[in-house]
Amino acid sequence: MADQAKFTDLAMEHMPSLYTAALRMTRNPADAEDLVQETYLKAYRAFNSFTEGTNLKAWLYRILTNTYINTYRAKKRRPEESDIDDLENFYLYRRLGGLEGAAAGRSAEDEVLDRFTETEVKEAIEALPEQFRMAVLLGDVEGFSYKEIAEILDVPIGTVMSRLHRGRRALQKRLYEFGRQRGLVSEREGTHG
Amino acid sequence: MDEHCVEAVELLYHYLDGELTDERRVLIQHHLDDCPPCFEAYDFEAELRIVVRQKCRDHVPESLIERVAKALQECEGSAE
Repeated sequence: MADQAKFTDLAMEHMPSLYTAALRMTRNPADAEDLVQETYLKAYRAFNSFTEGTNLKAWLYRILTNTYINTYRAKKRRPEESDIDDLENFYLYRRLGGLEGAAAGRSAEDEVLDRFTETEVKEAIEALPEQFRMAVLLGDVEGFSYKEIAEILDVPIGTVMSRLHRGRRALQKRLYEFGRQRGLVSEREGTHG
Repeated sequence: MDEHCVEAVELLYHYLDGELTDERRVLIQHHLDDCPPCFEAYDFEAELRIVVRQKCRDHVPESLIERVAKALQECEGSAE
């Protein structure tokens, strides 16, 4: 059983990553701030149910995502999203010309990545369907394991892997579109279809 | 592309996510050492992960830190 007096000391350091996740989920600073505050208040009140020595950050994320789902997201529950038919790996890399004639050394493909702006990366994440967005935030931005993500989102590990896979591909697709719009990458023949 | 390349492509995310058994991870590592195209592709995906992580951070407003600290204090006060 955790001591509530310790809560502030232990929990405040996680605010930057919780705030980032809240912003990507709500896509709105005012809602993100309210979501973070509500998460901390709920967590404080429930802190005596937290088992000391287990992962506090994952526990806070679970409260954050539940609060978001119950309060902020559109009321209508959407079915598992499956609008992305083709799940090939290396979506972006292939379209930048990789895998066909890879040369040694730091490649042109890697350099394109550096040129994406923070705004583009954030927009690409925020454009993801909600279920994929949460999985990508937890996995790729925060580095939680499949098991931790499964616990935070309360879904089976297989579902976590599927959402991550689809989310990553959709993210790469979006980044590729930004790259094309800005002329960072040129459209290649024969790579679409 | 040989059968090892096909396996490497399939296991890409499990590898980058640190979710492979030690045995399989070592097999993939050996393949990446021997196969520059697969190595480059993995390297790109690893780099993309870093770029996404770095470019997806936001600064927490001071006002939010103060607001939460104050709300928690009030909560503490009312519990006593």
